[in-house]
Amino acid sequence: MDGALIEETQAQTEAPAAAQKGLLRFLTCGSVDDGKSTLIGRLLYDSKLILDDHLAALERDSARHGTTGEELDLALLVDGLEAERQQGITIDVAYRFFTTDKRAFIVADTPGHEQYTRNMATGASNADLAVILIDARKGVLTQTRRHSYICSLLGVRHLVLAVNKIDLADYDQAVFDQIVADYRAFAETLGFASITPVPMSARHGDNVTTRSAHTPWYAGPTLLEHLESIDVESDAAARPFRFPVQWVNRPNLDFRGFSGTIASGTVRPGDRIVVAASGRQSAVTRIVTYDGDLAEARAGQAVTLTLADEVDIARGDLLAPPTDRPEVADQFAAHLIWMGDEPLLPGRPYLMRIGTRYVPVRVTTLKHKVDVDTLDHLAARTLSLNEIGLCNLSTASPVAFDSYADNRETGAFILIDRYTNATVGAGMIAFGLRRAANIHRQAMLVSRADHERMAGHKPATLWFTGLSGSGKSTIANLVERKLHERGVRTFLLDGDNVRHGLNRDLGFSDADRVENVRRVGEVARLFVEAGVVVLCSFISPFRAERRMVRELFAEGEFFEVFVDTTLEDCIARDPKGLYGKALDGKIANFTGVSSPYEPPEHAELILATPALSPDQAADAVIDELERRGRI
Amino acid sequence: MAVVDASRPPNPSRPALSDHLRRLESESIEIIREVAAGFDNPVMLYSIGKDSGVMLHLAVKAFYPSKPPFPLLHVDTTWKFQDMIRHRDTIAEQYGVKLLVHTNEEGLARGINPIASGSSLHTQVMKTEGLKQALDKYGFDAAFGGARRDEEKSRAKERIFSFRSAGHVWDPRNQRPELWRLYNTRVNKGETIRVFPLSNWTELDIWEYTRAEGIAVVPLYFAAPRPVVERDGMLIMRDDERMPLLPGEVEETRWVRFRSLGCYPLSAAVESRATSLDDIIGEMRASRTSERQGRLIDVDESASMEKKKREGYF
Repeated sequence: MDGALIEETQAQTEAPAAAQKGLLRFLTCGSVDDGKSTLIGRLLYDSKLILDDHLAALERDSARHGTTGEELDLALLVDGLEAERQQGITIDVAYRFFTTDKRAFIVADTPGHEQYTRNMATGASNADLAVILIDARKGVLTQTRRHSYICSLLGVRHLVLAVNKIDLADYDQAVFDQIVADYRAFAETLGFASITPVPMSARHGDNVTTRSAHTPWYAGPTLLEHLESIDVESDAAARPFRFPVQWVNRPNLDFRGFSGTIASGTVRPGDRIVVAASGRQSAVTRIVTYDGDLAEARAGQAVTLTLADEVDIARGDLLAPPTDRPEVADQFAAHLIWMGDEPLLPGRPYLMRIGTRYVPVRVTTLKHKVDVDTLDHLAARTLSLNEIGLCNLSTASPVAFDSYADNRETGAFILIDRYTNATVGAGMIAFGLRRAANIHRQAMLVSRADHERMAGHKPATLWFTGLSGSGKSTIANLVERKLHERGVRTFLLDGDNVRHGLNRDLGFSDADRVENVRRVGEVARLFVEAGVVVLCSFISPFRAERRMVRELFAEGEFFEVFVDTTLEDCIARDPKGLYGKALDGKIANFTGVSSPYEPPEHAELILATPALSPDQAADAVIDELERRGRI
Repeated sequence: MAVVDASRPPNPSRPALSDHLRRLESESIEIIREVAAGFDNPVMLYSIGKDSGVMLHLAVKAFYPSKPPFPLLHVDTTWKFQDMIRHRDTIAEQYGVKLLVHTNEEGLARGINPIASGSSLHTQVMKTEGLKQALDKYGFDAAFGGARRDEEKSRAKERIFSFRSAGHVWDPRNQRPELWRLYNTRVNKGETIRVFPLSNWTELDIWEYTRAEGIAVVPLYFAAPRPVVERDGMLIMRDDERMPLLPGEVEETRWVRFRSLGCYPLSAAVESRATSLDDIIGEMRASRTSERQGRLIDVDESASMEKKKREGYF
């Protein structure tokens, strides 16, 4: 290793040789105290990339926080944040950079702590190789299996099995061989392209960058030799062309280009392309960059394409060759890693980001969750933080994708909570569901406009939300009677009535409430398509579901009417005697008592009772419909 | 959107970028475009240094033949080197981008300055508070910064899209996981994102790219005879008369340059004869100290960057 380093050799040479070698992105993972941070510290230290002022800080810090007595605690070089340094654990993903004369490296240091699976998955999502640390004294642990599975799931193809602290196992070959055998037996099904075991001591430097005199029985490469030489060049350029449109470049009327980064494949002027979702075709005319037009561009390059035809293309579209298209579907199966503090609720709408596109999505079925320790499939109704499952998902409109196994770029997605905007899930598409591929929408001979013309007014959905006993049904009934008297075609969907028929199979758990509202929303949409004004009276306590229903309708068709009655008034009123029972603990999950109600933030109409009488409230609704031109 | 030069000819005289720099460039361009496409009102923080220079150059490349669809913002503490201010105004004009300059007038009125108030109060008031004022004033929902992960330990854990809750608070425990290149650009009102397109660049990458692309940098990065005083083992350049000499100090002329530029009495120079980009790159490769070593604001204690970041520093 001596003399292999950039500042020693390249300071004298003109061209930076390392810059011409392929970058290697790898991650380190292992259990707490396996020595990940120490290993990275050792790589940096032995690579003489620790600069003098950082070394001085390390000496100061080793005395204060270190766990190695008089020696330098190399882990402190990489344990960045103050809080975690004091606790002695790494809690996040840290990225380190080092360069030898053979290669440039980016290392993701990921935590071994059990609850931080999401950080490991984050590190693995961009890694070509993983270094899995095993404490020679402890052997293959539950967390070793967990981390290996996550690497496999995220498509990391190459592994190094770093059997660390071999010094504490007396540099014993039998210990090493046993661990390697155990690990290979476990990892057989995980489909790694290569597994390279190395016996090492990160603390003392054995077989990290220099060969150890203590392991004469080991003939393989040092860790660094292996990292420098392994070929992980992905075949991204050889796969079919995929171009997610990121930004439409429209400086003036004479130029219309589509900017983005090529996800896979190559493109040349003259190539035919298709917009995956719409099926429209055109040909590439120019590959525009600031440094001039290109004759060819390949995976990873950020370019701007111009096309021969005026095709309707926006951010979020995926361009592909007409002969080798991605799948387009609104239902597919995917592995999902849950990263949110709140558990996954099947049925609840989330926002999916796939490629450059955001689209509303629901998990329709949770087929199973995976016990990451045994890889067994378990039945589940929800996924909690750090759990992994196989799900069916349904998007609000069709999306273009490839399976993750075929293409990491076009088969991956994240899920976003619609209220906090937190990233709550990471998904890898397994396959599209045939249901979506074979069920096409039937074109109707009688159009919506025809229905409206016959009705003589525009349809709408009036969605009354509020606590039980707030007066929703009373007001909705009055509104319907007044509309009926004016000749408006109406229909009233009442929460209690619907539960006797359409939704008789649903209970009152959060998941069932979500499904209850979803079904009612779909029924209301059918009525609206028939030209009817639909009145829906449902507690519908969650904003997310009311928003899901709202999105079924066109702008101006949906009226969220908040019947704003205080809990105290509802309890005092208690028309059905339900609050009494709920307060006595006889009804579980009762909204306002033992289950939350999330008031609307942007309701079209707020009816504050008892300040308004039911009749006044009903008139206010009618006025609003008139004002918005529906009746 | 600004005027366009759609017929810009390629420049064949420039040597091709190495694969490594080309890859970094593409990654940064993707990040910069993502912000323009995903946010309503982004801004690019421009600190006049070498990293800002590269970042601005990348932004121009990202949107060509359009101009970058966001302005630059410089938070002026009034203690920048005169050379820096000259450079800033030239560059904005040269690239044809809109430049906003903001100074914390309230801090100025309170008489905050690096000499009398000390480095940490000056930085807190004139840089951090000044920045927050400007972000609030214009209602920016995303701000680019030129920070790199190799600069400092707490930076190594920073996201590329770094989430700030209302009030510009950075909570290292409440950051969004960042998988693949699927950045989450969604924020609620009042929340903002700081975006670091140069996260994966190293100091050496910056200089090699600057050389390869012919990007102009502030002359202070090149060695020249300059008036300096030695203070606490550091060489401080006297850029103007506002910096008084302490007893026993003498101003002398030495060949020095800067590796990192901040407010002038807070940035130490290094002795050097590097007068060209080739010299600087050669010197860097042989260097044994980090660039932030000359930043007096960092040395208080090793976690000081994290503290400043929590307060809203970039």
